[in-house]
Amino acid sequence: MPEVSPQYDSFEELAMPLFDQLYNFAHWLTQNREEAEDLVQETYAKALKGFSSFQLGTNFRAWMYRILRNTFLTSRTGLRATTTVPLDLEEDGHDVAVENENPETILMSRASSQLLQDAIGNLPVHFREILLLCDVEEMSYQEIAETLSIPIGTVMSRLSRARKTLRDGVRMQLQKA
Amino acid sequence: MVCESWKTKLDTYLDGNLPDDEMRTFDAHVRTCPSCSAEALSRVQMKRAIQIAGRRFTPSAEFRKRVQQSIAPKRQRSFRWQWLLASVAIAVIIAGALTSSYVGTRSARNHVLIEVADLHVATLASSSPVDVISTDRHTVKPWFQGKIPFAFNLPEVQNSEFTLLGGRMTYLEQTPGAQLIYNVRKHHISVFIFPENSMRARLGERSISPEKMPFNLETWTQGGLRYFVIGDASSADVDNLAKLFKAV
Repeated sequence: MPEVSPQYDSFEELAMPLFDQLYNFAHWLTQNREEAEDLVQETYAKALKGFSSFQLGTNFRAWMYRILRNTFLTSRTGLRATTTVPLDLEEDGHDVAVENENPETILMSRASSQLLQDAIGNLPVHFREILLLCDVEEMSYQEIAETLSIPIGTVMSRLSRARKTLRDGVRMQLQKA
Repeated sequence: MVCESWKTKLDTYLDGNLPDDEMRTFDAHVRTCPSCSAEALSRVQMKRAIQIAGRRFTPSAEFRKRVQQSIAPKRQRSFRWQWLLASVAIAVIIAGALTSSYVGTRSARNHVLIEVADLHVATLASSSPVDVISTDRHTVKPWFQGKIPFAFNLPEVQNSEFTLLGGRMTYLEQTPGAQLIYNVRKHHISVFIFPENSMRARLGERSISPEKMPFNLETWTQGGLRYFVIGDASSADVDNLAKLFKAV
């Protein structure tokens, strides 16, 4: 039996099952296939390099997503795409008021998958990423908070705003069509 | 609780993030309230639609293979070669143990300093170099509360040659920290602050002099924090700003 360092075996076993999701997330962030591949490749390289400092038993998925997101933020694309979140929109723990609007059943039934994908792509990066982490990756608020390094209250308020912005975007596209 | 109050928590309920006792109470309410039940149904449909639309991109088999090969461990060819290689490796390690330890430490330290320089350059190249724009330390410092896992003090620079431009959150080796940007004589200087315990393994305990950096840089630990002051301003200006921070 060939001798292999247990550390490396563990990393590959932990990291490769996340590959498809990380790639999907990277593509949504970069909106470009080649840049998504570069981002994922760099993420895996950094994660392997830093794996000795990872505490087994803690949330590996959140750790990988955090590396990917931080790598994106310091990339040229990420620096261009990142916008400052105005302070008055980030009120931790404050709920966004429920609005009286058309039922989402009607809105979502009329929106095609392509239209919804376009609307997600048009969201500002900080709304797009949190929506994907919650609704696509099905992360808990705690995991999202760890991934984005923000308080849980901010996760909740930012999610509310992201969903509202998405609904408004879908509605606008339906009105144009 | 009236329905409008329930609905403010509806997203959290549907995301499965209410505490257990609130989840049970919410479950019971939704089953008996047509309005909340209808609202829950429409929001679930929205979540489902986003989930389907969001699973859009898949990697090619070739790319997956490339990444997997890059992280796969290298395996020994045969038992005999393994013993031979192990013998040679032990001899090399004994012969070079102290030297390799010194080189490894210096290499890790240089890597961190290069990353700090990259962060400084990336900030200056950004169209939004700061997340909080203010020359007032009483505005900039509180902005970081809740965003980073430590507190720090800023020096008063109003009667000095330095002007605070603002600050932003930053990351070094996945550790969150603060970056403050100052201006002096048309040069920008970044001050990075990170928790010291995350840097200790790579930088050691004491202040160090960086080697062959393209910028002037000073770094030290103080009060459980690791500071980096870096910029293309003169070494005297970098040193003076560092002294202001050391004095708070």
